[in-house]
Amino acid sequence: MIAMKRPHQTLRQIFAAPIVIGVLSTVGLLAALIGDNVWDAVSWVSLAIPCVLFVFFVYRRAPN
Amino acid sequence: MLMLCITGLPLIFHEEIDELLHSQVKPAEVPAGTPSANLDQVLANALKETPGEVPHFLVWDRDDPNAMFVSVGKSITSDPSKNRFVRMDAHTAAFLDAPDVTGRFTYIMLKLHTDMFAGLPGKLFLGLMGILFCVAIISGIVVYAPSMRKLNFGAYRSKRTRIVRWLDLHNMAGILLVMWTLVVGFTGVINTWADLVVKMWQFGQLAEMTAQYRDRAPPAHLASLHSAVDIATKAVPGMTPSFVAFPGTIFSSKSHYAVFLRGNTPVTSRLLKPALIDAETGQLTDTRDMPWYVSTLFISQPLHFGDYGGMPLKVLWALLDVLTIVVLVTGVYLWLRRRKSGVSVERAIARPAAVEASAAAS
Repeated sequence: MIAMKRPHQTLRQIFAAPIVIGVLSTVGLLAALIGDNVWDAVSWVSLAIPCVLFVFFVYRRAPN
Repeated sequence: MLMLCITGLPLIFHEEIDELLHSQVKPAEVPAGTPSANLDQVLANALKETPGEVPHFLVWDRDDPNAMFVSVGKSITSDPSKNRFVRMDAHTAAFLDAPDVTGRFTYIMLKLHTDMFAGLPGKLFLGLMGILFCVAIISGIVVYAPSMRKLNFGAYRSKRTRIVRWLDLHNMAGILLVMWTLVVGFTGVINTWADLVVKMWQFGQLAEMTAQYRDRAPPAHLASLHSAVDIATKAVPGMTPSFVAFPGTIFSSKSHYAVFLRGNTPVTSRLLKPALIDAETGQLTDTRDMPWYVSTLFISQPLHFGDYGGMPLKVLWALLDVLTIVVLVTGVYLWLRRRKSGVSVERAIARPAAVEASAAAS
């Protein structure tokens, strides 16, 4: 894992993934307001991502 | 905040919980397309069950097209938050039930969640807490950067001591949920201002719309409620009635039925539009879109409650709420441990190995 040896991450590296998730959450929060059916499904998927990632990060085999 | 997250959790499922814990009379099964009952008949039947009380509002049940409510109070000026809801069959106009909800589990949770049984001051206090919550989230984003310098996104050091693990949990859940917590937190704050927004609308747009009626005496005889709703529905095509405020209540003037109509998409069904009907002559006098501050309140309600995307969205709302509780609990723990020598959070961030050593030694 080369990434683990990197001494410091830049702000861009630190916030890249959080920004993507933040944008997806915003889409999810608004989608179900805009429409029904497909829009609801978009909302469910994009708001499920943070929950799934949390479980994944906690239960994956820790590299360190 | 912890209290708000915990009381909010059952409130996400308040309908399901009420259905489970309390039996209610079912409306008559009718074939699709059955015309709705005459509203004057619904009102008269409801008032027969509540002698000595006066109607404030007639409310259509959003979730059950077969039922509607008549909200009654001790007098026309009595506090509407103490009103009783009389459930009526929307097709047969028959009385269904009028349960006392104030002893219910969901009601107690709702009161704790919205004003802690302390009325408007309680609401505004919780609103202030909500603002502080949003500030805390933003400061959390700021301190997320230095603590993640040497870590990858989503790092969880599961083999380390509790303070390191909980720091990782706090950072991870906090950053994953950041948009959701900000939106639910801020829309919750807006909801605490609901009473003030209603007052603003009363003295603003409603006063303007009813200006020429200001000095008129209340009508001696009320025109038909049914035809008032009929006229309002015809005047605003494409919208369905949501509730009617009777003359003299907080949502109307002394001289009008205020018929509030809603649209048919998820967003427009939240945006109500009032149509005012002269309660003496039964004529439409005015109809306008609500001003921006009321619309903001209406839109912020579903974003806080999570009730706009079916059961899966409610379940997600509950999961995200539980994760927010994780962020809060780990946050309180990290704050309590901040001063303990040798294992401070700053050191846990800077040099986790040193923390391990001193934690093992102590």
